[in-house]
Amino acid sequence: MKKLLSLILTVVLVFSLVACTSDSSTDGDQPASGDNVIKIGVFEPVTGENGGGGFQEVLGIRYAHQLTNTVEIGGEEYTIELVEVDNKSDRTEAVTVASNLVAQNVSAIIGSYGSGVSIAAGPTYEEAQIPAVAPSATNPQVTLGNEYYFRVCFLDPFQGEVMANYAFQDGLTKAAVITQLGDDYSSGLGNFFLKAFEELGGEIVSEQQFQTGDTDFKAILANVKNAEPDVIFAPSSVATAPLLIKQARELGIEAKIMAGDTWENQAIIDNAGADAEGVALSTFFDENDTSSPLAGEFVTGFKEFLNGNDEYLNKNGGDGVAAVSALGFDAYNVVVEAIKVAQSSDSVAIKDALKGLSLDGVTGSISFDENGDAKKDMAYIKIIQDGKFMFDKTVKTQ
Amino acid sequence: MGSTYLLQQLLTGISLGGAYALIAVGYSMVYGILMLINFAHADIFMMAGYFMIFSFAAMPWPVAIVVVILGTILLGVTIEKVAYKPLRSAPRMSIMISAIGMSYLLQNLATYLFSALPQAYPAIPGLKKLIKLGDLNSSMVTFVTPIITIILVVLLMMLLKRTKIGMAMRAVSKDYDTAKLMGIKINQIISLTFVIGSALAAIGSILYFTDRMSVTPFSGTLLGLKCFVAAVLGGIGSVPGAVIGGFIIGITETTLIAMGYSTFSSAFTFLILIIILMVRPTGLLGETLTEKV
Repeated sequence: MKKLLSLILTVVLVFSLVACTSDSSTDGDQPASGDNVIKIGVFEPVTGENGGGGFQEVLGIRYAHQLTNTVEIGGEEYTIELVEVDNKSDRTEAVTVASNLVAQNVSAIIGSYGSGVSIAAGPTYEEAQIPAVAPSATNPQVTLGNEYYFRVCFLDPFQGEVMANYAFQDGLTKAAVITQLGDDYSSGLGNFFLKAFEELGGEIVSEQQFQTGDTDFKAILANVKNAEPDVIFAPSSVATAPLLIKQARELGIEAKIMAGDTWENQAIIDNAGADAEGVALSTFFDENDTSSPLAGEFVTGFKEFLNGNDEYLNKNGGDGVAAVSALGFDAYNVVVEAIKVAQSSDSVAIKDALKGLSLDGVTGSISFDENGDAKKDMAYIKIIQDGKFMFDKTVKTQ
Repeated sequence: MGSTYLLQQLLTGISLGGAYALIAVGYSMVYGILMLINFAHADIFMMAGYFMIFSFAAMPWPVAIVVVILGTILLGVTIEKVAYKPLRSAPRMSIMISAIGMSYLLQNLATYLFSALPQAYPAIPGLKKLIKLGDLNSSMVTFVTPIITIILVVLLMMLLKRTKIGMAMRAVSKDYDTAKLMGIKINQIISLTFVIGSALAAIGSILYFTDRMSVTPFSGTLLGLKCFVAAVLGGIGSVPGAVIGGFIIGITETTLIAMGYSTFSSAFTFLILIIILMVRPTGLLGETLTEKV
């Protein structure tokens, strides 16, 4: 009896280990056929604190891959294979899976959602001379000093400035900033907002930090309440946002709450409910913006793609089109275009092709500056109203 | 403004301490009886969180609460029967490693079954209601947590001091072998210890997660360590000690965060552990151990 029990336990243990490791590196949808295969690595978090947003970005990439899964090089047709890895929103894990991608001989890499993991994996890609295109990593450090890292979105200094201006023009002059310790995205964006807001003549009345994984923000929020701000700027992850919003309202804080691009996620509204009303954020894309036919086509197609798969629909929280999905879509097309221009699956040639590339994406026209950053000068401000992200206005820099 | 601010922070600290205390009692009781640090206790607490998410969706909330408590008790007792009982005569180190294994098994099982993404914890009607006392704002659960903690601990103390079963439990914790010779049914007493510990963890989990609104497979990890520190601080093996330890840890942590040292709040908790082990290893209310030859 004892032996049998220990045998069962061993089997359960082994099974749980296998079960946990086996889904950490799932491959792309279709197995590639024939010899002519070109591999693109997808370096995104699908678990961990950024798992929700990361998956939306992956969805954009998968949709783009579904539309364009071959590329012609030197008259021969190559099948594009996606190699997806999960960096688990963790910087240590990010370096491990980055090496994993390098070992699988990918020609280029797309990712990641979250600046911290991108910064951590940057040196690995640079050393292996494989170009990486980040869809939505907004921290300047991602591409700075790394010839192989590119991005298709705007940067945090711009985003911080946009939100500071937006708050100040609304007559809000006292701000509190809440950031996540050790998270490059959160502390970076918080800092840029802080500088821009002070330059405008605003006053920062409270600066608070919390640790990764914290779920209880009452103590720092009581400090914020005590400082009586008009506005709270709290760039943070999708997992943190609803907790922060709800606890702030619970403590009777009535200040306007604002954040950056990460908060454009239906999960925040679903979890925070009525407390999320009035929250403002800046983002890269608006599905209701009809000025670009390319974007309109993408929105229609992507909604069909989502509705065709229950898992996608469920994890995306409905058939709304997140900005990160659009950026993932653009990043994939940028990489494919670069392969076409380079006429090679060689990663260095693709990197060189990326530098001079110019492409009309669904999030606007994309070309890169000397740092590898997309030259983008427009942000969308959205406000949560009646349980939806409502477009408020676009902001351009001079 | 000053005094409301202080009261607000104090309330947060006491409420956090109450949740810590309920879990710390579980650590302390098991240690008292089995001399085992039950590392899986924090993960039993985490699983109770998931039980609530699923039972809340399937049945009315009063039934769901009962189901969660019963489910958690079942899980705790099963773990004892499967992972600890067969090792009762083995060296103490083996049973502790078994406990660590159980802890990882539960975490990974939860990751596999429910994914690592945070799941929203349901709002139990009444507990999330906002209460305003002057400038003091908080939800019902923040006020209720310390009160429920105190009531439960008083009941537990009465059980230990006034009933025959309680006397048996105290006897087993004093001297395991002699208690056995006196005709106390050891297995029953140990199971009962796990029943009480798990039930408290389930109630603690309902209060803790209602206040924080999301559960992940790792929700218990750091919390478990902190509650273990609380149990050691109060004197491991002593129920009132664990409660006092829980409140001390909860209030100091909140104070540090309020003072702007959120970076150090967790580090400080473990610093307390080191200091207490150096200065007073038996904890605040612990009995000095006389080694029997």
